[in-house]
Amino acid sequence: MNVYRKYLISALAAFIGLAVIAMPGSAAAAAKSYGSTLTSPTTPTLVTGANGFIKRWFVLDPIPARGLTRDLVQAMAKKQYFHDQYTIIPKNGEQETVDGKTLTWRAVDTKLYNVDLRHYGQAFHQPWTNVLFWAVTIVNSPREMQNVRLAIGSNAASVWWLNGQEVIGIYGDRQTVIDDGVSERVTLKKGPNVVRTMVVNAGGATDFCARFLDVNNKPIKGLTVTLREPHQ
Amino acid sequence: MKYVLLTLFLTLTSAAFALNGAIGIHDPSTVVQDHGKYYVYGTGGGSLVSDDGWTWRAGVRPALTGAAPDVIHIGDRYYMYVAVGLGGETKAGVAMVWSKTLDPKSPDYKWVKGAMVASSNGVEDSNAIDPGAFLDPTTGRMWLVYGSYVGYIRLVELNPKTGEDLNPKEKPIDLAINCEASDMMYHDGWYYLLATHGSCCRGADSGYNIRVGRSRKVTGPYLDAEGVDMIQGGGTQLIGSGGRFIGPGHFGLINLGNGVEKFSMHWEADLDQGGRSVLGIRPLLWKNGWPVAGEVLTGGTFEIHSVHTGTSLDMAVEGVPVGGPRRFGFGGPRPPAGSRGGPGARPAPGARPGPPRGPGGFGGGMFGGTGHPIPDQTAADVSKNWPAGTVNAGMSNYLCQAQQKWQITPVPDAGGYIGGPYFKITIAGTDRALAATADAELAVVPAFTGAPEQLWRLDQLADGSWRIMPKAVPNWKEPVALSAVGASFATLSKFDPKSDVQHWLLKTP
Repeated sequence: MNVYRKYLISALAAFIGLAVIAMPGSAAAAAKSYGSTLTSPTTPTLVTGANGFIKRWFVLDPIPARGLTRDLVQAMAKKQYFHDQYTIIPKNGEQETVDGKTLTWRAVDTKLYNVDLRHYGQAFHQPWTNVLFWAVTIVNSPREMQNVRLAIGSNAASVWWLNGQEVIGIYGDRQTVIDDGVSERVTLKKGPNVVRTMVVNAGGATDFCARFLDVNNKPIKGLTVTLREPHQ
Repeated sequence: MKYVLLTLFLTLTSAAFALNGAIGIHDPSTVVQDHGKYYVYGTGGGSLVSDDGWTWRAGVRPALTGAAPDVIHIGDRYYMYVAVGLGGETKAGVAMVWSKTLDPKSPDYKWVKGAMVASSNGVEDSNAIDPGAFLDPTTGRMWLVYGSYVGYIRLVELNPKTGEDLNPKEKPIDLAINCEASDMMYHDGWYYLLATHGSCCRGADSGYNIRVGRSRKVTGPYLDAEGVDMIQGGGTQLIGSGGRFIGPGHFGLINLGNGVEKFSMHWEADLDQGGRSVLGIRPLLWKNGWPVAGEVLTGGTFEIHSVHTGTSLDMAVEGVPVGGPRRFGFGGPRPPAGSRGGPGARPAPGARPGPPRGPGGFGGGMFGGTGHPIPDQTAADVSKNWPAGTVNAGMSNYLCQAQQKWQITPVPDAGGYIGGPYFKITIAGTDRALAATADAELAVVPAFTGAPEQLWRLDQLADGSWRIMPKAVPNWKEPVALSAVGASFATLSKFDPKSDVQHWLLKTP
């Protein structure tokens, strides 16, 4: 596929996504499938189900990266790839420039418990080996919840932030296991909470999953997931 | 699975050591707790008391003394049953006294004399000594077993409100023969009769050993694991002599709740204490419906694996592959002989030659190995890159790396808990110590200081795995245990007996 067509598809996808996200409360548009597991969001919000998984994310097109060890991944997590990378809540189709390459934030829902980044790569004609992905979402809590934990799994290494604080890092060549990495006790604020991750892959499959666990380490259901903060 | 765990742990922790302090006693009662202190009484008025169940001291002589007492706590009373000689070899009886407390300093400490609850006339097939009291948790009915070799182990029902014989005119029920020092317990639909076989009172020549049979009814019959009725001499051994301890006898159940059980007994002879008779406490495990004696952990170097996740506890640092980084590809040059632990590392001194390199024609590639045994990775090999300060604790797949090997060491004079001392848990070869943090999480601090949050209690659980608890967590009131919430993350949380999240395996690296 040539570059022109890739950008055309990216722009088209961004337009579709923008159209959906920009119309909260409007009649749900038909979801566009991105491979067998990902779709475009068609509703303003998504609620975590019985298993608590967060199924709506903004994913940024991948950035070339090599290495899965703790030190290398931590170095990646501290490297400034693009402006506001630890704080940005993007709009669907918003673009970043990294090392001269334009990358696009894309809103996706997953049909499964996990976000399959290989499917993302296939759908948007992006590589998924020897790369890192940034992803971000907003989890809205109906009340303050203390002593909860963010629990994640990823293929392969990943680092996670909650409301700007790094809370989890898992390293090495690994497969996604539910609740593989678990944060120390954290507080979910009443209202929006930003969950952000950087997933690093070497070869093969790549995906991630995330949910919050309550004080008894049971999944928290009923949290509202959105891709924009209330003031946006 | 449970069978595997049990076999593993009985093998790994076969050594044992004695309780701390003054522990001389013979024919001990069941260890009972009153207002946080532990009490045990023995033949001839001997008694021991402990603030923590680990370090013992001499206690106050009770009001009624005799042979082989037993004590049970029901309601607001502590009932003590004591064998008293009525004259003649087997002419004996079991007397009862009760008190509202076992603490001699309490204003409620007063032994009240009750009625005799059992007797033998010197002619009948019974010797009414060695009482063992039992409260059936399923019915609330109270029972007493007694007897010693001559004739039968017998059962009578007692009134739990008075501690006295409920049916004095009824004939006792014969349960077992050729044993003494009996007691009972209930577990998962079965009643268990514990009794001591072999000879007592011969010091290091005592053949005492504790055996068990079980029945669906409290009144028997009690069959051993081979189906032999205890009234015909049956009994499956729970514990016999081992190590430097000889002659266990006089079982007493210590139920700590949450599925954690231990048992008290005496050793006829502790060889390290000149062969004197001493109090012993062991974990009580279960295997296929039968009780098994666990061990008191003496320490050592261990991998600490989570039963829940299969991953092992580590210090969260960059791991160095044992033997050096793996080489990709099927062929290629042989790795150069090099530094210790790196590719082509030289064999350890005295190591036997390894298999030829390159099985299957892979040469020196990723399947070819180094051509010689790879030495164990030690902290000294890899620790130069470890952060100097406090490091997070984590979990990972066990890869024989130095930050995954833990030295578990009893800490002298740090106190303990029922049956065991507090331990420090350090990265083997270093002083980096596992510690609880103020928010009930885990960290590895640069050096062990002896602080309560660096002292650990290890209780063996029914399946042979271990519960690991800090002595204290700063600003945290609730007792917590090491918990594998995620495969890569360990924390501290309230012990849940219904989950395996807090079950840990200690394996020798």
